[in-house]
Amino acid sequence: MTTRIEARLAQLKKEARSAFVTFVMAGDPDPETSLAIVKALPQAGADIIELGMPFTDPMADGPSIQAAGLRALKAGMTLRKTLAMVRSFRASDDATPIVLMGYYNPIYIYGVEPFLADAKTAGVDGLIIVDLPPEEDDELCVPALKAGLNFIRLATPTTDDKRLPAVLANTSGFVYYVSITGITGAAAADAKAVSAAVSRIKGHTALPVCVGFGIRTPETARSIAEHADGAVVGTALVDAVRGSLDGEGRATAKTVSAVADLAAALAQGVHGAKQAAE
Amino acid sequence: MTTIRPNSFRSGPDERGHFGIFGGRFVAETLMPLILDLEKAYAQAKADPAFQAEMDGYLKHYVGRPSPLYFAERLTEHLGGAKIYFKREELNHTGSHKVNNVLGQIMMARRMGKKRIIAETGAGQHGVATATLCARFGLECVVYMGAVDVERQQPNVIRMEMLGAKVVPVQSGARTLKDAMNEALRDWVTNVHNTFYCIGTVAGPHPYPMMVRDFQSVIGNETRVQIQEMEGRLPDSLIACIGGGSNAMGLFHPFLDDPSVEIFGVEAAGHGLTQLHAASIAGGRPGVLHGNRTYLLMDEDGQIQEAHSISAGLDYPGIGPEHSWLHEIGRVTYLSATDEEALAAFQLLSRLEGIIPALEPAHAIAKVMELAPQRPKDHLMVVNLSGRGDKDVPQVGDILRGKKS
Repeated sequence: MTTRIEARLAQLKKEARSAFVTFVMAGDPDPETSLAIVKALPQAGADIIELGMPFTDPMADGPSIQAAGLRALKAGMTLRKTLAMVRSFRASDDATPIVLMGYYNPIYIYGVEPFLADAKTAGVDGLIIVDLPPEEDDELCVPALKAGLNFIRLATPTTDDKRLPAVLANTSGFVYYVSITGITGAAAADAKAVSAAVSRIKGHTALPVCVGFGIRTPETARSIAEHADGAVVGTALVDAVRGSLDGEGRATAKTVSAVADLAAALAQGVHGAKQAAE
Repeated sequence: MTTIRPNSFRSGPDERGHFGIFGGRFVAETLMPLILDLEKAYAQAKADPAFQAEMDGYLKHYVGRPSPLYFAERLTEHLGGAKIYFKREELNHTGSHKVNNVLGQIMMARRMGKKRIIAETGAGQHGVATATLCARFGLECVVYMGAVDVERQQPNVIRMEMLGAKVVPVQSGARTLKDAMNEALRDWVTNVHNTFYCIGTVAGPHPYPMMVRDFQSVIGNETRVQIQEMEGRLPDSLIACIGGGSNAMGLFHPFLDDPSVEIFGVEAAGHGLTQLHAASIAGGRPGVLHGNRTYLLMDEDGQIQEAHSISAGLDYPGIGPEHSWLHEIGRVTYLSATDEEALAAFQLLSRLEGIIPALEPAHAIAKVMELAPQRPKDHLMVVNLSGRGDKDVPQVGDILRGKKS
């Protein structure tokens, strides 16, 4: 069975284009505005949407994404509501892949089996769980694959050739290469190092490789996309949400367009890349 | 759920770092290679007699071990029951049990060629011990401490700075120990190539809970020898306070397979278990945070809740995974003491024994006050006096003066 992720990446490959992967936090700054943002992303050029599942203790995230999660939680967001949001999105868009990204505890508390069943029904296509390395595959990865969801693994600069096969073993959909050692939104990605890393990973797998962490501008997005099957932008979009809020942290008339406009500019950068290269 | 009782309570964890369902390695991929390296390096060190000999030398001449086992005669008389002994960990260099573990980890960092040490701290005792050993061995030291704790444990902040450490106040979340640990993990992910994370308690990803337990087991191993010298037999009960639970695990572990020894851990009940508290076993359930599965305080959505305790060292919404396991199989009984009870014990001990305890072990003393009178006079009770109260003097002074006025 092909997931929306696999279908979308196969189609982009045919068109010789890189994927523009967007990350926003579910429920940021409030559930309704967040749904409107997500609905606007495909039109702005997003090929795949990563939806953050808010968590109180995001140990791999920088200040921007931490704050976005806390805004969402303050607005009453829960994992149940995140799944409901995906369902609402699917009512009008059955093609754009949705990947849920976050930490394991809320899923563990929801219950792995009920979560996988509800996520599949809601229209989720894949999962990225930061604190589940291959050593803990029995927890969620293996059941998720059985349930027909992609389990997308992070590979990092510290994942050497000896370890890569273990990391790739149960990975599906695509490989998410974390371009820096660090938290989200920190250092800038270096295109040359990324290029070498992507080639290294491709030596071990036929899966597409998307690159994230440290991509903020259309220029960086373009230079990274030239060397990868996709570029992921998160912190910059989350910062656009924050920048559009009023003094009390509430959404304004500009919130959705602030994110959509930035996404459109970044999409141009990414989509310009492979055409220029080939 | 029925739990199979193991042949030994001391054989954990398994090769994947599990104590029953607890423990594990729930960390970002960036950290995994280093955690596997550490596991390997620790296994080698454990098998290397030179490592143990070097540790023993520093424990004796630098830390001041063995720490005395002291018969608390006046407290025993006052309570009128069990014969109470204190394991005097507060007499160690730097004023608490924390130094036992830090010494071991700093020696691991040296073996692994890591020149930069990071740590999280709550009360500041672990931070002070880390800053001390980094000074001793000429290593760079960065300590993450919640901004609330920086405020209430000023004496330790000043000590760490005098020792040459950089103290980073953490402003995220509840601004206490949990958030300090998040921030330390973020630093580690960023600087993994040159940095050793010196975790202060029996928690975090495998092999930390096992390694910290091993380094702290010197407490229980000494106690076994000392009590047999003084009384000619093993104790009847052990009692220690629990935040993450390293002082308790250090005392308990060498006695786990002695069925005649009753064991009590004391969590911080804060304002009371129906209000704000830090008692993860009494008021929490199993979840995954900071690299391990263990009992945690959280809401129905799996969001971690803020803990509260008068004692910064116990103010954490989790507990070490081996404690969660010992609770589930019933080997250790977990009790809790409120802020009020700990304050009363703090004052009683100061006046009766001339020992000002840290607020953390004052929680254990509070339960001694309850348990000792119910036990016969020939019952031997050992309590871990895990730290001294110097750091708490300004805070407790303010509280007591506030009460008087």
